[in-house]
Amino acid sequence: MNGASHAGGAARLEVAISHKDFAAADGRPRRVLENFELTLAAGAAGAVVGPSGCGKTTLLRIIAGLDRAFSGRVSLPEHGRLGMVFQEPRLLPWRNVEDNLRIAAPQASEEEIAALLLKLELDEHRKHFPGELSLGLARRAAVARALAAKPALLLLDEPFVSLDAPLAKELRGELAELIEEQQMTTLIVTHDVREAIELADEIFLLSARPARVCASLSVREPRQRLSKQAADALEAQARAALDAIPRR
Amino acid sequence: MIRLASLALLLLLWQAVALVADPRYLPGPVLVFAAMLDEAKSGALFTHLGITLLRVAAAFLIAMSLGTAIGFVMGRRRLIDRLFDPWLVVLLNLPALVVIVLAYIWAGLTETAAVGAVALNKLPNAVVVAREGARALDAGLDEMAQVFAMSARARLRHIVLPQLAPYLAAAMRSGLSLVWKIVLVVELLGRSNGVGFEINLAFQLFDVHLLLAYAIPFVALMLSVETFLVQPFERRVSRWRGGSPRGRDFP
Ligand SMILES: Nc1ncnc2c1ncn2[C@@H]1O[C@H](COP(=O)(O)OP(=O)(O)O)[C@@H](O)[C@H]1O
Ligand SMILES: [Mg+2]
Repeated sequence: MNGASHAGGAARLEVAISHKDFAAADGRPRRVLENFELTLAAGAAGAVVGPSGCGKTTLLRIIAGLDRAFSGRVSLPEHGRLGMVFQEPRLLPWRNVEDNLRIAAPQASEEEIAALLLKLELDEHRKHFPGELSLGLARRAAVARALAAKPALLLLDEPFVSLDAPLAKELRGELAELIEEQQMTTLIVTHDVREAIELADEIFLLSARPARVCASLSVREPRQRLSKQAADALEAQARAALDAIPRR
Repeated sequence: MIRLASLALLLLLWQAVALVADPRYLPGPVLVFAAMLDEAKSGALFTHLGITLLRVAAAFLIAMSLGTAIGFVMGRRRLIDRLFDPWLVVLLNLPALVVIVLAYIWAGLTETAAVGAVALNKLPNAVVVAREGARALDAGLDEMAQVFAMSARARLRHIVLPQLAPYLAAAMRSGLSLVWKIVLVVELLGRSNGVGFEINLAFQLFDVHLLLAYAIPFVALMLSVETFLVQPFERRVSRWRGGSPRGRDFP
């Protein structure tokens, strides 16, 4: 790969990936991202929506600095501290919930950790080990951990996938409030248009693999006051835009 | 309970055979116990046991810490692993006696040579087990630590060591039993104190009383260290995962 750059200190999140290839089983390169450009103002919440397998996790890994074998440039906002909610919770199985938060976010005060646990309804599970938690609770703990780090950029990889619909909706509501409160730059990856509308100010619609941003739309009203009709209209608009993306 | 009964049965059997055997070749438990008391009264038993125990501890600690460090690096770095794996195979298959005699020839009949030879015998086993543990480290948790910019110290303490601990416990258990057997040989060949030296003395004098008076307390001591220290540690560190990794034994 040539010319991968990854740095902090920008005023906003800027991603410009000219291409990202994986070596496929047959040895030929498999292009996952191509001409992928995305910018997100500091403090804004963005959502990346794309079909399964199009390269969303790959994109987040590149932004997080976990994958540097790409060609292009990534600039992170401000001090560049990251918080990430992986597709799997990735908690430390040998530490309880509150220790998981403390270990990943040593700069967070005890009060802040207690407040987060309360907010995410994890209070009664603070002494539980990850193995004792349901997937929904483990996901919550992973969200709490990411928020405890007070990141300049919060990355979420399909955090509500495979949860039942009412629980996912509840967690989305909690997350939307917390994002609003803390005013941190947030990028969430999902294949669910409705989820994107409920969480994000800016929605980026991706093509199938190799992925690039084909269309984007803004949610103008504050999310808390977004009416059902407005959300439905946005969803219809997003679906129309997704349908208009040429298949390859 | 059954284990106690089993030990009692062994004792009975020993007594029964001793009744018909020549006491010069197989003294009964009572005679051996009397010899043990004599050695204890003079203080010699404790001195020799203490010295041997110190050698066991020193060789064990050196082999475990060095072996864990080397095994960890080999498990994480493919090139280093491929470069040094043949050395490991050679070391694993080198007879303990060869290592001991070479150590005494090269470094003289010294304490360093003795402890070093024992440690070197245990080292490859520690390396192999630590390497296996390092290979099994969860890459997802590594990435998590990287994203959250966790310090090297925090990673070691909260991510690496908890995953390595069950492997290290297994290495400790197999390592301890290896070390305490080899220490006796080292003492027999080149030291003028310790349980191995006393056993050598007993051999020269054809004195089975003396031999058993030293061998039995030593075995009992090592078995209690294993039962009351090593095994509880192993259970503790494996608790959260329900099941321990394969504890491999090597010669
Ligand atoms: N480490 C890898 N090696 C080879 N191919 C990979 C690797 N990771 C992902 N891929 C491929 O890249 C594509 C995008 O994967 P991913 O980013 O996980 O998609 P998404 O998160 O959108 O479902 C998939 O086709 C996947 O098979
Ligand atoms: Mg994914």
